[in-house]
Amino acid sequence: MMKKSRRSFLKVAAVSAIGIGAAPAISLSSSSTNSHGSSHAAKSPNKGAKTAKRWGMVIDTSKLTEEVVEHIVEACHKAHNVPDFNHEVDEGKYPKTRPVNHKQEVKWIWEEHFHNAFPDKEDEFLADKFKHLPFLVTCNHCKNAPCVKACPTQATFKREDGIVLMDFHRCIGCRFCMAACPFGARSFNFRDPRPFIAETNPDFPTRSKGVVEKCNLCAERLAKGEQPYCVEVSKGAIVVGDLEDPESEPRKLLDKNYAIRRKQALGTEPSVYYIM
Amino acid sequence: MLEIAIKGSKKYWIWLAILAVIMTAGVIAYIDQFLNGLMTTGMSRDVSWGFYIANFTYLVGVAAGGVMVVIPFYLHDYEKFHRITILGEFLAVAALVMCLLLIIVDLGQPIRALNVMLYPSLKSILFYDMLVLQGYLFLNIIIGWKVLEAERNQVKPPAWTYPLIYLSIPFAIGIHTVTAYLYCGLPGRGFWLTAILAPRFLASAFAAGPAVLILLCYVVKKFTKFDPGWEAMQTLSKIVCYALIANVFFFFCEIFVVYYSNIPGHISHIDYLFFGLHGHNAMVPWMWTSLSLMFIGITLLIVPWLRNNKFLLPFTCIMIIAGTWIDKSLGMIAGGFVPSPLHHVTEYAPTLKEGMITLGIYALGLIILTVLYKLATTVKEEVRG
Repeated sequence: MMKKSRRSFLKVAAVSAIGIGAAPAISLSSSSTNSHGSSHAAKSPNKGAKTAKRWGMVIDTSKLTEEVVEHIVEACHKAHNVPDFNHEVDEGKYPKTRPVNHKQEVKWIWEEHFHNAFPDKEDEFLADKFKHLPFLVTCNHCKNAPCVKACPTQATFKREDGIVLMDFHRCIGCRFCMAACPFGARSFNFRDPRPFIAETNPDFPTRSKGVVEKCNLCAERLAKGEQPYCVEVSKGAIVVGDLEDPESEPRKLLDKNYAIRRKQALGTEPSVYYIM
Repeated sequence: MLEIAIKGSKKYWIWLAILAVIMTAGVIAYIDQFLNGLMTTGMSRDVSWGFYIANFTYLVGVAAGGVMVVIPFYLHDYEKFHRITILGEFLAVAALVMCLLLIIVDLGQPIRALNVMLYPSLKSILFYDMLVLQGYLFLNIIIGWKVLEAERNQVKPPAWTYPLIYLSIPFAIGIHTVTAYLYCGLPGRGFWLTAILAPRFLASAFAAGPAVLILLCYVVKKFTKFDPGWEAMQTLSKIVCYALIANVFFFFCEIFVVYYSNIPGHISHIDYLFFGLHGHNAMVPWMWTSLSLMFIGITLLIVPWLRNNKFLLPFTCIMIIAGTWIDKSLGMIAGGFVPSPLHHVTEYAPTLKEGMITLGIYALGLIILTVLYKLATTVKEEVRG
């Protein structure tokens, strides 16, 4: 066993050494192609990718049922390798896993009551139907995102199309962004999340302990011309599109319906709207 | 000059050994945290900062408090502080080292800490906090060392130290102001979102820092041949008194604004701290204890015959240190994060491991402080022959 792992280590080391040696040659060849404009092509979006000036989301609360909400949360978390602390750990693969603290959970999109999603709109005479409605909350991809400002390493950054993204490999885990977010949208990996992922999706990275994460508006899917997972399974309750395009689906919905945003008074300009 | 530190009495070495043992316990606890992540702490999704950042905030104050001896001595030629200025500067050094370590142990990915310098983010207050903390640390090391060296050689400190000394004054104010800005610039946290936060931090720092210094003067007087001077300690106790009054006054300004304006997003946090919220009231006894200690402290310092009592003063200082520590450490973190932005009440209590790591850092700080104070007091004894 010991011998085998040493051999495989040597193999990896040898391959890496070749890689290091070859690196200058590769970068040379790539710089020579620059003049032909091929590196420019690499920066422009994929063919068929969905693009927008400012991505936004509209949630039609009348279409949210417990069942739909459950599907949305499950689809998102499964596809993005979000750990589930209720998942029974495979003792063979991850021996001696310590018990979980559910207060340290990770979530990207989840259900809340109206008075939690909109604490500033608490109302003693609120209609019963809203009181019991399962509200979905997630990252608002704010136009003036306080988390982007707070991040000391630019690990949290705002893309030109309005999506607030995270670089999991740059994040130092200072959690300043979590203090800055007025929507509690961010989670910290207090521990290695991998033992709590039932089935790892190989198309999306898993995270290591010690970094923050949150909803990425399925940037990886938009880049392939696909709708976000939540939209796909929402049975029409969630629509994602370009807020700056008057012809987009979200804008058409906003034209016809009265919609509210969370904590508007703070001026972060959330990009997630709720049709009441 | 460093050779002084390795020539000490038996007591000196036993004391350092005890501290080293505590520090080692902290290191062991930290290894576990390093390997398994911050799951070993009591922090959570809702309370994402805890004991480390709480103590960090307090110790930034202690470090900044050192300026309360620097200003009278260097700006107003207040001669009585001549003997203790170095004690204030070295206290700041030890406190700042603890601050930086508390930040490191709070990081989820400590080995990436230098990313803060590799990708400087000019909009992040944390970037500036790092700059001023490091700046103030280096200033105090250089100033303390050079001034002490000059004293040992019985010459004037080099002329270039004076601009640095004057520079250290705005830096002292700066470290605590910027640390307050970490909190008070965040839109969604009603408890921190107040312009009085930085002034309050400074007031409590100027009470806590000199109070710690008075205690240290007692220790120095008991264990070395160097006498910091009772009059200097008396002046310090007056500074503590007025700073503490300012701190409590600022607190009541906050209380007035919050309760008279009646804005729920601001009230709920203070309600939680002092009265409990939705049946959660872990902080209530702490906060009332803190407020009582500060009031008792003010009384004991404002009445001359109580303040002038050599036996009573150290106990007064301990009360004030405890009161301001609860207020600024526990209260600042718990009050800021509870209730959460979604109005959930998730309470926080540090775990044993978190406590051990923090204690280990305090032990290291005390080791640094002991060594530096040994240098300072030995040199001063030497000079006076």
